[in-house]
Amino acid sequence: MTDAPISRRALVAGAAGALGAHTLRRAGLAQAPALAAPPDPTKVPGQPTSALGQRSTFERPRRIPSGSGQGVSLSPLQDLCGIVTPADLHFERHHAGVPTIDPHRYKLLVHGMVERPVVFDLETLKRFPAVSRLHFIECAGNGSAGYRETRPDLSPQLVDGLTSTSEWTGVPLATLFREAGVKPGAKWFLAEGEDAAVMTRSIPIEKAWDDALIAYGQNGEALRPEQGYPARLLLPGWEGNANVKWLRRIEVADRPFMTREETSKYTDPLADCTARMFSFVMDAKSIITFPAYPVTLPEKGWWEITGIAWSGRGRITRVDVSTDGGRRWAPAELEQPVLAKCHTRFRHLWNWDGTEATFSSRAVDQTGYVQPTLEQLRKARGLGTHYHFNHIRAWRVRRDGAVSFEPEG
Amino acid sequence: MVVLGLLGGGCGRRETEAGPARAPATFGLGRPATADEIKAWDIDVMADGTGLPPGSGSPVQGAVLYERKCAACHGKTGTEGPADRLVAREPRQGFPFGRDPTLVKTIGNYWPYATTLYDYINRAMPLNAPGSLAPDEVYSLVAFLLWRNDIIASTAVVNAQTLPRVLMPAHDRFVLDNRRGGPEIR
Repeated sequence: MTDAPISRRALVAGAAGALGAHTLRRAGLAQAPALAAPPDPTKVPGQPTSALGQRSTFERPRRIPSGSGQGVSLSPLQDLCGIVTPADLHFERHHAGVPTIDPHRYKLLVHGMVERPVVFDLETLKRFPAVSRLHFIECAGNGSAGYRETRPDLSPQLVDGLTSTSEWTGVPLATLFREAGVKPGAKWFLAEGEDAAVMTRSIPIEKAWDDALIAYGQNGEALRPEQGYPARLLLPGWEGNANVKWLRRIEVADRPFMTREETSKYTDPLADCTARMFSFVMDAKSIITFPAYPVTLPEKGWWEITGIAWSGRGRITRVDVSTDGGRRWAPAELEQPVLAKCHTRFRHLWNWDGTEATFSSRAVDQTGYVQPTLEQLRKARGLGTHYHFNHIRAWRVRRDGAVSFEPEG
Repeated sequence: MVVLGLLGGGCGRRETEAGPARAPATFGLGRPATADEIKAWDIDVMADGTGLPPGSGSPVQGAVLYERKCAACHGKTGTEGPADRLVAREPRQGFPFGRDPTLVKTIGNYWPYATTLYDYINRAMPLNAPGSLAPDEVYSLVAFLLWRNDIIASTAVVNAQTLPRVLMPAHDRFVLDNRRGGPEIR
């Protein structure tokens, strides 16, 4: 190792050879890049310009797909920096595969309790005044791997890979509702997708007047098919399933529709023998993404602990980090921008003394909500609950530098 | 706001800056939806039966259809999988799903509304041919599944009038979200 500044990634990659198998399992780095680097890049002409950029052949971040049309595909949180998720690494969750929709034939129907049932094609949606906003979307079931039967060999991707942040561009749903003229007494609307599940969810109409969008843009370009091309519902801070993709129909009504997803699926059985329904908001949560399994720290000394925090109720106001198993907590640095209902990057300098340690993060949001411990969450929800797993996550580093997942903060 | 600077640009008059136009109440964009296109897409069924089409079905008719169109994924009796288990009333007492993670949620022990069965089967099943079932076929499958879950009699007829009146075992178990942010963990 030289004295020159060296990136963490290079450091971790270099440690792989010295310290064995742990870092070799790090998915984001290619072992044998397709394009070999010349011995001295200053002595040969480089590659020409191109119509479509590609990642460095040395970088190979990958989602982990289930391979099923009804499955999930987890975003590689440990390979990402900042707060924005590259569109091709945004997590996936589909109920009947990804449909192919012709944008020229696309239409969005708004009807039900409105004065003027109306159809918008894609060009018309884009003609309305647009807004662009950074928001996370998180699957309601994200984090289940850390709640009941956990393993030490879980990466951030496997623990919490069903959350992603994008800059979404679209038209406020309120604009479309004013256009259609929502009738007095309207309280809910049904959002319906054009996939083979014809996915439906009932949404309280207040969300439309608040901050709901019909999004057609993602990180500066059209939505990816996996995220709802050509247009989707975006409900900032609310569970992913309600953000209906491939949106084709909105029906305004005075009551919820009691669809399959909002009754038999996305409800939360509680310890008191009831089940909570319409539990839309994703509560505050955080996860350290470095150091984390499968990384091995090659030596003691200064390391920057970093991760992401988010809350469906607004801004993150504080993230505390503990490096002693949750006994003492110190506030982490929050990287700007700190935006409502958006991933927030936090950083915390740590001088590792080479002894075994458990480190964890705890998010606080603008409502004063503090990310609960696993024990607190299990007490409130019961062991059998199925969604909204936002308890504190922890990692343990051994004396040899190997890091593993710890469900108990 | 009008563009005063251009309209009133006489000599000696100070130009007024043109501010951004204020958004109108409506833009007059989009086209009226036709009754036909609303009818073609408006397939949802509500808990009171609104949206249910004419037609009917019985458990006996449904059994034949289930064997042909559903059993490959949901199992011969609705309990085998590999797709969602559809049949089981157990546990009949207490609704202890939150306490016991080993319990399997089925139509008979968890679904709060019978109408949801019609809505979902009609729009999304079978997985390899979604939206392909006629109303009588959907009613028959709903009837079969309700019968298999000991909720209706084997002789029952399911249609737009009878289905909304079926009281599901888990109907009273659902509560609205009481999380509000703030310090309390719920």
